[in-house]
Amino acid sequence: MKTLKASVAAAAALALALSVAACGEGGDGDAGSKITIGIKYDQPGLGLKTPDGKYTGFDVDVATYIAKELGYEPGDIEWKEAKSADRETLLQRGDVDFIAASYSINDERAKKVDFAGPYLLAHQDVLIRADDTTITKPEDLSDKRLCSVTGSTSAQNVKAEIAPEAQLQEYGGYSECLTGLENRVIDALTTDDSILAGYAAQEQFKGKFKLGGFKLSNENYGIGVQKGSDLTEKINTALEKMVQDGSWESYVQKNFGPANYKNEPAPKIGVVVD
Amino acid sequence: MFDFLEGYDLLGAFWVTVQLTVYSAIGSLIWGTLLAAMRVSPVPLMRGFGTAYVNIVRNIPLTVIIVFTSLGLFQTLNVSLGADDFTTINFRLAVLGLIAYTAAFVCEALRSGINTVPVGQVEAARAIGLSFPQVLRLIVLPQAFRSVVGPLANVLIALTKNTTVAAAIGVAEAALLMREMIENEAQLILISAIFAVGFICLTLPTGLFLGWVAKKVAVKR
Repeated sequence: MKTLKASVAAAAALALALSVAACGEGGDGDAGSKITIGIKYDQPGLGLKTPDGKYTGFDVDVATYIAKELGYEPGDIEWKEAKSADRETLLQRGDVDFIAASYSINDERAKKVDFAGPYLLAHQDVLIRADDTTITKPEDLSDKRLCSVTGSTSAQNVKAEIAPEAQLQEYGGYSECLTGLENRVIDALTTDDSILAGYAAQEQFKGKFKLGGFKLSNENYGIGVQKGSDLTEKINTALEKMVQDGSWESYVQKNFGPANYKNEPAPKIGVVVD
Repeated sequence: MFDFLEGYDLLGAFWVTVQLTVYSAIGSLIWGTLLAAMRVSPVPLMRGFGTAYVNIVRNIPLTVIIVFTSLGLFQTLNVSLGADDFTTINFRLAVLGLIAYTAAFVCEALRSGINTVPVGQVEAARAIGLSFPQVLRLIVLPQAFRSVVGPLANVLIALTKNTTVAAAIGVAEAALLMREMIENEAQLILISAIFAVGFICLTLPTGLFLGWVAKKVAVKR
């Protein structure tokens, strides 16, 4: 009986502590001095949370610039992980103010959320070993072994159009594909060139891999905001300014430069390339 | 409301799930029975191996085992299990991983069934000159199996749901199709619900049927 009482007391104390903690968090959000932005945590070059708790990448730079234009200092930004499958839900529930997470604009998504931008035109491309000379054009892929992330748009494109004949390995993350590429079990890793460039630019992979340079699809990265939000206009203005004052160019060079990535010119706001 | 389902091979994906389940169930039943026999055998080395295997394998997360079959066995050690295209290789690797994992649970379920057989029966069998394999085959296992149909049904249901982990190495089963649909359709909750119902359609009848069988074959003591 004594232990029962003790555990009930402990549980009550825990519940109390948790609810107090929850209140604390809520209070910060309501104060209005912070802005919450959804990014990817696991894509080097675009959005990456480093082991020491910093955030790096093109999306992070763009989001920081937008936040600055909206009147928030970098210290006022609260980053939140926006996994691909969660993005619409995060916006609809208002958990984040906007999302910059390699978010391609498409019709299905535009029904649920509003998009500002686009701010980058990416293409599906392949990453191959630096010494591989057998893949020079997209047609070469059809007898090769490709790899992409389970269920991703890139993987589905391969199955449906790009190389239905090719063997496709799907893994939970790009890192597993890179292991296979190094081991020569896989010939090419395929997804958006911006993501590939980010991986190839990582310290441990420098010089090992190269981009194929194929434009297999058009991905217009936009900033996702809640449906009907007044942020869309403000963000578009911020994006235009970012391109004009040269920040856009410097972000591209900083994040994708080392991988010999040939970027498209900055896209015009509101112009989605099919 | 459900018009977004068009163009997706829902039945095909669940058929792969069923295939994964059936092959893994058969394999793990055989391997699990052998493990249980080892754990009750009079040979210390076999007992030791059985105990070590069960305690190690059942404590490793299934995802780690499945990903290891692909990254470790296939990519690094070039074990392709006699197939040469990714689809077949991945399917077989996933079945191998599921068998290795599920067998540990089958073994433990079966061992508890073996413990329900009165020790006097084993002594009597030994007294009339039956060897250990004969005691196991003729006296102990038939009764043990009859008493663990219920627990084995639980293992089978868990196995059915565990097949979704095979998506981690790209086996085109239900969970992989679910990810594709979530990626394309922006209908997270509805799609998840559809797949949850799909799995209930697989597991609920299994559970009810095996529950009925368990009652029917139970050894009345």
